[in-house]
Amino acid sequence: MSIRRFLAALQARNLEFLRDRTALGWNLIMPVLIVMGFAFAFSTGQEELYKVGLYGHSEQDLAVHDFLQTRYVDFIPVDELERMIDKVDRHQIDLLLDLKNSRYWVNSTSPKGYLLEQLLAPFQLKREAVSGSEIRYVDWVIPGVLGMNIMFSALFGVGYVIVRYRKNGVLKRLRATPLSAFEFLSAQITSRLLMIVTVTVLVYAGTNLVVDFRMVGSYWLLFLILVLGALSMISVGLLVAARITSEEAANGLLNLISWPMMLLSGVWFSLEGSHPLVQNLALALPLTHMVDAARVVMIEGAGLADVTDQLFTLLLFTLCFVSIGSKTFRWE
Amino acid sequence: MIEAENLCKHYAGVKAVDGVSFAIPRGVCFGLLGPNGAGKTTTVEMLEGIKTPSSGDIRYKGEPLGQRFRNEAGIMFQHTALQEFIRVDEVLKMFQQFYSHTRPIEELVEVCALEEFLTRDTRKLSGGQKQRLLLAIALINDPQVVFLDEPTTGLDPQSRRNLWHQVRSIKAENKTLVLTTHYMEEAFELCDEIIIMDHGVIIAQGNPKELLANHFDNSVITLPLSALPADFRADEASTLHPQDGQMEILSRDADATIHYLAAQHIPLKQLQVRSPTLEDLFLELTGHHLRT
Repeated sequence: MSIRRFLAALQARNLEFLRDRTALGWNLIMPVLIVMGFAFAFSTGQEELYKVGLYGHSEQDLAVHDFLQTRYVDFIPVDELERMIDKVDRHQIDLLLDLKNSRYWVNSTSPKGYLLEQLLAPFQLKREAVSGSEIRYVDWVIPGVLGMNIMFSALFGVGYVIVRYRKNGVLKRLRATPLSAFEFLSAQITSRLLMIVTVTVLVYAGTNLVVDFRMVGSYWLLFLILVLGALSMISVGLLVAARITSEEAANGLLNLISWPMMLLSGVWFSLEGSHPLVQNLALALPLTHMVDAARVVMIEGAGLADVTDQLFTLLLFTLCFVSIGSKTFRWE
Repeated sequence: MIEAENLCKHYAGVKAVDGVSFAIPRGVCFGLLGPNGAGKTTTVEMLEGIKTPSSGDIRYKGEPLGQRFRNEAGIMFQHTALQEFIRVDEVLKMFQQFYSHTRPIEELVEVCALEEFLTRDTRKLSGGQKQRLLLAIALINDPQVVFLDEPTTGLDPQSRRNLWHQVRSIKAENKTLVLTTHYMEEAFELCDEIIIMDHGVIIAQGNPKELLANHFDNSVITLPLSALPADFRADEASTLHPQDGQMEILSRDADATIHYLAAQHIPLKQLQVRSPTLEDLFLELTGHHLRT
């Protein structure tokens, strides 16, 4: 490993990125547009599916029978009341119904909770307050948007770029020099990581000015989670770029990876109550671990000990993908 | 300096290079010639360490290709791109950082005439300017062996002459040069030794002038077919090769043939006499033209 060669390759990639105004602008503007678009979307409550936790047995109580027949509502049987009340608080379920004691919990900042509560009104159940400060949906979704933005930037910024270099002969030209594959790949990873960190800090600050979201945990811990998350995504990008020679194929494969992550990693909605297969699949995606960890730190103020599992998993993903990616890497 | 022994490169069902052997001595300009698809770029890319041979052996200074070769070789590829949004001077500085022993950038700017576009984005260079920059990159480590893969393909005649001038100055520094081209004229001008390839094998090998002398002891006399009578016959010293509205008369004794033409009262106004070229040699060896 020669630091001089590494720095030369790093500087070239940084200059290329910073001078490509279109790409730079897109990287900064896209997440802000997503947050603004989303703020609008959830303020009008266009989601169709509602989630209601059911504590106790539904057969025992016919009083709310009609309510239980409501379409577009997913009724999830639950058994731990305390844990589920927390989930109402965190927008993971919209309403919690205790059939035995004829009461329910709802988060009064939740638009979906409000609608469900209107449907329940005729049954005259007891309303229970959610303990602690209630969390808005926007607080819940911000960690997901940050994670998703990091994912797209990492996957396409590394994977697509390396495939383009391979196709147009940049890699071939570099290969003819003493620059090693390790030095070249390290430079690409570092350049993208620096870019992601800078853009994420800007997007975080910018979004916070507009929405003033909840952040009760440690900024350093959140930073660590986002850096490890970004590294794991970059390493997925490297793995994709290891051999592919066509930009179209790379684009297809990157989309094939990024879309399931966006939908299954709990970025937009909680996977609570979804099929166990989906939940297990979500655990195989690095974005799930990054978003989960960032969310508990930001919303609940979780400490290092609470997110060790996620950090360790992200590290494991990174090591795994980087070693396979660099072993299978081809200049041509 | 470089030895290749029984090199083969096979792709699914195609033998791109099929058992090629040669040695490139230090300080010569060595040419690989042949039509498109003859296997010369594949051969040279194996020599450069870019492609791995299917079988066969390549040695640089007696050793297999390795880090020493990468440090001492300069390569100008036929098809290559540079990172975008980067200026010419920045590209040179980046490549300079890759090597431990380098030439001063100012010197390369002068040798390759880069001054006028030194601060320009590499995407905005003309074909000739880009070739000069790629040549400068190939020379940045003050290489002992320089590979030029079809360096003048697609250039206008003036840019081609300029590049030839630069290649001659590299030769003057006693560097070893490996050049591929499908311009026979270029090889004749620049190379001390050549191999001619066709369909993945070597069909001729040697010094270009000696190759011509060995294969030809005649001159080529050309006349328009319209200047000749329909029943025209050659004299004893020559043979006839009509093509494209022209009659090529291959003559062992040009003086005698021209006297014979004059005696036949054939108008000599458009007559041309030239020595055979590598192009003629290729035609003679393969029976087909180089660029068909």
